[in-house]
Amino acid sequence: MDISEVRKGSKIMIDGIPYNVEEAEFMKPGKGSAIYRYKLRNLVDGSSTNKTYHSGEKFTGANVNTREGQFLYHDGTHFIFMNTDTFEQYSIEESLLGDKSHFLKEGTIVTTMMLEDKPLDITLPIFVELKVTKSDIATKTDTVTAQMKSATMETGAQIDVPTFIKEGDVIKVDTRTGTYVERVVTKK
Amino acid sequence: MTDDERQRLARLMQNLKRSAFIYQTIRSFFIEQGFLEVDTPIRSPTIAPEKEIIPFETEGWFLCASPELYMKRLLAAGYEKIYQFSHCFRKGERGHFHNPEFTLLEWYRKGVNYEQMMKDTEQLIITISTRLGIGNTLQYQGKSIDLSLPWDRFTVSEAFQKYADWDPTFNPDLRRFDEDTVLKVIPNLNPYRPTFLVDYPAPMASLARLKPSNPRVAERFELFIGGLELANAYSELVNQKEQEMRFRKEIKQIQKVQNRVTPMPEKFLRAIANLPECAGIALGMERLVMLFCDAKTIDEVMPFTIDKA
Repeated sequence: MDISEVRKGSKIMIDGIPYNVEEAEFMKPGKGSAIYRYKLRNLVDGSSTNKTYHSGEKFTGANVNTREGQFLYHDGTHFIFMNTDTFEQYSIEESLLGDKSHFLKEGTIVTTMMLEDKPLDITLPIFVELKVTKSDIATKTDTVTAQMKSATMETGAQIDVPTFIKEGDVIKVDTRTGTYVERVVTKK
Repeated sequence: MTDDERQRLARLMQNLKRSAFIYQTIRSFFIEQGFLEVDTPIRSPTIAPEKEIIPFETEGWFLCASPELYMKRLLAAGYEKIYQFSHCFRKGERGHFHNPEFTLLEWYRKGVNYEQMMKDTEQLIITISTRLGIGNTLQYQGKSIDLSLPWDRFTVSEAFQKYADWDPTFNPDLRRFDEDTVLKVIPNLNPYRPTFLVDYPAPMASLARLKPSNPRVAERFELFIGGLELANAYSELVNQKEQEMRFRKEIKQIQKVQNRVTPMPEKFLRAIANLPECAGIALGMERLVMLFCDAKTIDEVMPFTIDKA
């Protein structure tokens, strides 16, 4: 597509990497060539960058779409998901997911961003419920302020939790910040 | 009509009223000085060949991108002081300060050069400011702009050496020139004063004559206020041969780089033979109104931009 067709929200390929145009500024001296200033989000690693282009530039649109997937299992190097519409399975390399993998529990529904047929990234639900598998016993008891201690979740995530949380408890975690929200009361 | 549109248009009413007042003030300003208001075609068989101004084509003709050539044909026929508000169309120009359809105020005077155009512009804008009751201090986007005369003048050469560390007069790299103009020069001009950038490098002369005392530059200026490029003016080129040569070069470039066919404006070229020494200017009306309405974007002074049409 010609640069004049690029808009805020367009997804374009630059050097083989898909970018989302987060901000587009059009500037033009009356008699001169148009200058386009973009704030771009790298859709592979999430980094952001500013770039300046001139009129006449051509771009290839990035064929980016999203689909819903359910996390099935981890095979050591890949996370395997099932497309909830077609029931087809697809896998994402562990390295692409980064810390997000620490919040993935069997059955979690995520939104997967695909470049053509290749998964790029996932968006987690904002809150997930995870079981505490290991937790130290709080040692300090000499204060009334909210004490926190480190705990390990069933997915491997390390979360700071209040001292009253015990192994086997289920807690609600905010995946945007990786922090404890509340204890989930489970029916026995 | 949707609630959104009704509310949007209602919000614009103050600005549109102010805009109408500004148009009326400009008309009286020119009429009082003996100018004649003219009206030239919005759709025409030829336009000035300009690589960076992409026209809309309509059944083999063009929508007006500037009334310049017709205005000069009138001057060539003996008209001495003329002005016009002209709807103009330029493809792909959309941004905070751009809409593909916009309005140019152009005026021309016989027997003067671009110096007079600077004086006219100063007087015109001071007059509007005075009649709006604002006086000499214009509030725009949080800054107080001091309009007292005379306004600051820098040559393009001075401004580029100061803000972009190079002199385009001796090294006319057009691409770099455009980029540095918008990214380095304009953002660094004194925000509290109107500024004329004068004497553009000869390759950017367009339809301006070269400066007799320094033919490396053209007698062309642009006016900037509050970061807005407001007007562009020339001591008009009245040499037929030279104008034809510049057009030929531009037409070739347009064909080569953009694969766009631009016919030679023959009737205009013939008229140049009778064109007296004169100067002219084009001023963006929406941007002028933006300044006096403290508007951040052109959308705040136009009821129906391309996205809302």
